[in-house]
Amino acid sequence: MAEELRIVLRNADRIDPLNIDDYLAAGGYRALEKARGMNPKDLINEVKASNLRGRGGAGFNAGLKWSFVPPADVTYVVCNLDEGEPGTYKDRTIVEKDPQSLLEGMAICAHAIGSRQGFIYCRGEYPYVVEHLRKAIAQARDKGVLGDFDIQVRMGAGAYVCGEETALIESIEGHRGEPRFKPPFPGVAGLWGKPTVVNNVETFANLPEIVLKGAAWFAGIGTPSYPGTKVLTLTGDVVNRVAIEVPTDTTIRQVIYEFGGGIRGGRKFKAVQIGGTSGGFIPESLLDTPIDADSMRSIGATLGTGAVLVMDETRDIVDIVTRIAKFFEHESCGKCNPCREGTFRCYEIMKKINAGRATAADIDNIMLLSKVMTRAALCGLGQAAPGPIMTTLQHFRGDYERKLLS
Amino acid sequence: MADYQEIIASYRGTPGGIIEAYHAVQREYNYIPAEAVKEAAGVFGLSEAQAYGVATFYSYLSVEPRGRYIIRMCESAPCHIAGAEEVIQAFEHALGIKVGETTADGKFTLELTECVGQCQGTPVITINSQPYAGVSAEQVPAILAQCK
Repeated sequence: MAEELRIVLRNADRIDPLNIDDYLAAGGYRALEKARGMNPKDLINEVKASNLRGRGGAGFNAGLKWSFVPPADVTYVVCNLDEGEPGTYKDRTIVEKDPQSLLEGMAICAHAIGSRQGFIYCRGEYPYVVEHLRKAIAQARDKGVLGDFDIQVRMGAGAYVCGEETALIESIEGHRGEPRFKPPFPGVAGLWGKPTVVNNVETFANLPEIVLKGAAWFAGIGTPSYPGTKVLTLTGDVVNRVAIEVPTDTTIRQVIYEFGGGIRGGRKFKAVQIGGTSGGFIPESLLDTPIDADSMRSIGATLGTGAVLVMDETRDIVDIVTRIAKFFEHESCGKCNPCREGTFRCYEIMKKINAGRATAADIDNIMLLSKVMTRAALCGLGQAAPGPIMTTLQHFRGDYERKLLS
Repeated sequence: MADYQEIIASYRGTPGGIIEAYHAVQREYNYIPAEAVKEAAGVFGLSEAQAYGVATFYSYLSVEPRGRYIIRMCESAPCHIAGAEEVIQAFEHALGIKVGETTADGKFTLELTECVGQCQGTPVITINSQPYAGVSAEQVPAILAQCK
């Protein structure tokens, strides 16, 4: 029986999240003290060596990202709490259960890049999390644990694209949340043009334990190329709809059957979509794949945010993908043509297929359009939007063909 | 009711504070009146077009008046397969309005939303951002009765 391994959620349900003394009693802020005793370069190298990869979806080595920040008078640490991927509630869970872990992780990053100001960008759907965080920050300030590093919370207003780091930066600056052209990357020119590190909540929350126990300890957990744990959120037709934290060499099958308790109502498994609504659909035959980002990529899927949407045998895949196409049509910011027009046409064709009015030529067109979007869209939203269409055409083509005009 | 000019002025020194100011205006007015957009443009040094562009980019900001209770039904994939459609129909039936409309008495607005991050209990609605998980069509009258 596979077991959870809690690094990020180590204090969850064990401490009062809004009592900083509980966090301190559990060893909180010792990592920050240790980090502050280190040379920033050594700290960055330690994080790099741990091979902690970004937990928001892109999976970039966190220490490497930090190392791009040049020496500067003003730098910013930005936490991405714009958890907009449908099926994902991990960052909310982490912050609700242990907000100080996030703050400590951000302060560790601040020491590494010489920053005195941090921002947490929290999605507009979570006003209660904003209040919770402001209380936690006030406690940390009163205790003086953050030193000369300060953190502000900014609330988004319901735009999925703001999970993209440059769109998020635009939004903090008070603009429409449209992604920027890259380069320059935020590490060089980010918030208000200053060098900025943007990391996900879960990435920051891993840092205290990495600093305390060392890079080698972390690098030895789970899959070597994507070590550590991942917080997953189980939704859909699974018995246990819960948040779990597991080593990255756990397989999808273990996640669904051992942690998830299998399929509801004694029905059979049909598909699982992992990583959020842009993630690939995975059939039964690939369930023995480990969840780490590279293994998932090798089967044409993603780890993404770690959302796990399980679908049983009664589910209409084409109908679900049509709904997903509507999501992207709604959330495309409209800045680049491949995404603005592409998500619109994808939804149009998916509606036609779902209504039983399409022919094989429509399938060819949507495949071609999907490939163009993957390559030509400006940001991850447009590039990833066709993923569910492409993977369901690959693994569940019969479901589409049954709906075509003969 | 606090004056929108006072509300916006209190964010004058906050870099990028226009979105925070809009949130604060909405907390008082439930939407952002046209005069408030104009005021924000002046305070934050933007053209009116830019300030309007920000106010209309985000789905949680509205430049149209709305009801005192804003009911949002999540229709993202996890809620979709959990039966969001039936719950939407139950709200439309109970309120006598369609999605996107406000009741004649100005009490309720019904909107669709994408994921609100409470997917452990699908389908999910929010009323003035407060989540209600595991909602069924049968519960709709009782939920509405709570809104005084």
